[in-house]
Amino acid sequence: MLSLAGVSAGYGTFQALFDVSLEVKAGETVAVIGPNGAGKTTLLRVISKLIDAAKGELLMEGRSLGQVPSHEVIDYGIAHVPENRRLFPKLSVEDNLKMGAFPAAARAHFRERIERVYALFPRMRERRKQAAGTLSGGEQQMCAIGRALMSGPKLLLLDEPSAGLAPVVVQSIFEVVRRMSAEGYTVLIVEQNIRQVLKVAKRGYLLETGRIKLSGTSAELLESDEIKKAYLGL
Amino acid sequence: MPIFDIFLLEAIINGLLLGGILALLALGLNLIFGVIDVVWICYAEMIMIGMYTVYYTHNVYGWPLWLAFIAAVALVAVMGVILHQFVIRPVLAAEPINQLLVTGGVLFFLQAAATLAFGVEFRNIGVQLPQLQLGEMYFSFSRLVAFLVALAGMIGVYLFLKKTFLGTAIRAISQDRAIMPLMGVNPNRIFLTTSALGGGLAGLAACLLVLQYDIHPAIGLSFGPITFMVCVLGGLGNMVGGFIAAFIFAQFISVGGFFLHSEWGYVLAFLFFIGVMFWRPQGILGGK
Repeated sequence: MLSLAGVSAGYGTFQALFDVSLEVKAGETVAVIGPNGAGKTTLLRVISKLIDAAKGELLMEGRSLGQVPSHEVIDYGIAHVPENRRLFPKLSVEDNLKMGAFPAAARAHFRERIERVYALFPRMRERRKQAAGTLSGGEQQMCAIGRALMSGPKLLLLDEPSAGLAPVVVQSIFEVVRRMSAEGYTVLIVEQNIRQVLKVAKRGYLLETGRIKLSGTSAELLESDEIKKAYLGL
Repeated sequence: MPIFDIFLLEAIINGLLLGGILALLALGLNLIFGVIDVVWICYAEMIMIGMYTVYYTHNVYGWPLWLAFIAAVALVAVMGVILHQFVIRPVLAAEPINQLLVTGGVLFFLQAAATLAFGVEFRNIGVQLPQLQLGEMYFSFSRLVAFLVALAGMIGVYLFLKKTFLGTAIRAISQDRAIMPLMGVNPNRIFLTTSALGGGLAGLAACLLVLQYDIHPAIGLSFGPITFMVCVLGGLGNMVGGFIAAFIFAQFISVGGFFLHSEWGYVLAFLFFIGVMFWRPQGILGGK
């Protein structure tokens, strides 16, 4: 569904990604793991065209994203849940979800999709009139995921959904990711929480200082010496 | 009812009617500031252009009044778009003072251009609306019309902002502009839409003011400053605050003018404004 080939990117003179290639197939949940500052967030920002790749090719279902402006990426079926959730704090939960359905093609499905989001996150229905800024961290993450689902995406990009959340809430967020992949969503998830994310993902890539160091199935990654030593402390 | 009470009631009701038009004036300016974070210093001069549009299309070219009104709203809306695209957009990332100066420059440009094009004579569209009698009180019908249209305009804007996808995006963009593309929103298009709406509101205000006031190139000076004060009093960018402040201000002018000389109404309103600024510099409903 999504493929990156030889992508390099950065901010000004700082290069954050070097020759990154990866692939996400329809229906898969794929993890990109790695330490802080490895370029994981940059990778998702490149896919959403929030920053331009200096080199390399980006294909979504065979169509190049090269010349697509960032606000049209969503029309290709890509929805991005950004780092730190980035809800509109003064808008209600329902208005945040409404923003997720802004693209013309999504507006007609607003009613049915908001019901699906409320079914997935009953807490969001209870809080629908409440300003998003007053939600707890876990609720904000649910609202941010719900907002992304409102566009009816084929591919969901999740940037560190567990960051800054209490351990018990982290569990429930990964449970949500697991349920979404069971429902057939294609997910590309970026995480530092390696153990947890490799439980829900089928495959993964290890990103270090902007380069893909390892790739394989989740089981293979968990067994690799490099990950065991550097990340799992075994 | 004693005659004094009747006059007081008349003053209060007149204040209410004035409040409606002040609230409409403040709405466009607050909308622009709240969404784009730029003050249109030339706002009242855009209204002046709208008033001339009504005068020329109706009185010179003989268009029916309703068509002249539509032309004024449309023209000032387009001016709003042009102002944003060619004046505001290049300085969007600049210091606030530079943004004030460029729109201030547009103020002088519009004033000078109007003087050159239309001359300094006072013009009047010559539409005389009747006085309205209610018991022993008299009200200007044009003020009542202005009040009702202003109210309808504000309700329309409120519903647009609350109910539509575009309106929700307009409320969202000031909170996190960088993230808007992830929702499929082109931020510049939202800014242009907002500018058209702000200009359209200025055009609507022009249609209502032209019923009550003569038109001349410096007419902007007679309601520009008061519009800014209403906005600041309510909390710049806060549309609800501007609405409340407009009615408070109007009562000071109307009732204050009734107890003292009418010019004193303005003095009292400005003193009140200065007092509030000492107490709450951010305005009645302003944050931080």
